[in-house]
Amino acid sequence: MAWVIFFILSVLCIGAVVGMIVTRKPAHGALFLVLAFAALGGIFGLLDAPFAAAAQVLVYAGAIMVLFLFAIMMFNLREDEPPSGKRLRAVLASALAVILLAELILAGRRALAGFPGDSALSSGRDIARLGRLLFSDYLYAFEITSLLILAALVGALALAGRKEGE
Amino acid sequence: MIPSAAFLALAALLFVLGIIAFFVKKDLLTQFMAVEVMLNAGNLAFLALAKGFGRADGQMLVLFVITVAAAEAVIGLAIIVLVFRQRKTIRTDDLKDLKG
Repeated sequence: MAWVIFFILSVLCIGAVVGMIVTRKPAHGALFLVLAFAALGGIFGLLDAPFAAAAQVLVYAGAIMVLFLFAIMMFNLREDEPPSGKRLRAVLASALAVILLAELILAGRRALAGFPGDSALSSGRDIARLGRLLFSDYLYAFEITSLLILAALVGALALAGRKEGE
Repeated sequence: MIPSAAFLALAALLFVLGIIAFFVKKDLLTQFMAVEVMLNAGNLAFLALAKGFGRADGQMLVLFVITVAAAEAVIGLAIIVLVFRQRKTIRTDDLKDLKG
């Protein structure tokens, strides 16, 4: 059963990303990515990570992609016309991608050789433990993250908040 | 039960698709979206290994990655808005000043 869900979700996710590559309109691409990230949230759920799954759907599919959609609406982009040099670029990118995939698979196989095997205990489902970990071992990282978000907020305002013609 | 290797393979495939999208697409916004795809592939790998090792640390890292990705999206979009205001375009073909 889990395999069936995994298969459906991964096909959905991969297909949506491929659709984002194929489509010419940025708005359609953003919507495809919403689908891809939502499917990925389901896969996170399969990995015994309910909190990460919820955060994925809320923050990625919800907040970040909506931000992208707003930006796309602001730009009012024209569709990119099919340029002539695109074929070569696509072939080069695919060749590069195949090489990278082979490398990743080789590295993954080597990494999994020293893998103790899938442990049966699934600690991730225990969200209370996750919260305790966040406020003990990862306390500094957590606090610094708040500083990072503040910096991002101020930076975005400083960069894009200026009036036209100033 | 699905082995971690299956999830890792999916993560690798997603990352590679992100790379392809980054190189094939020609406007800054879509390329930025491709970067988000790659970040998500990384997240998937973290979670797969977190489950494989039975530890919660991987999930912690994913939370931080999502937070940093949100901050990065805000700054990146602000920069793209700025570029669009000054140059009236975000097509990378028209933005070749750094080429030298």
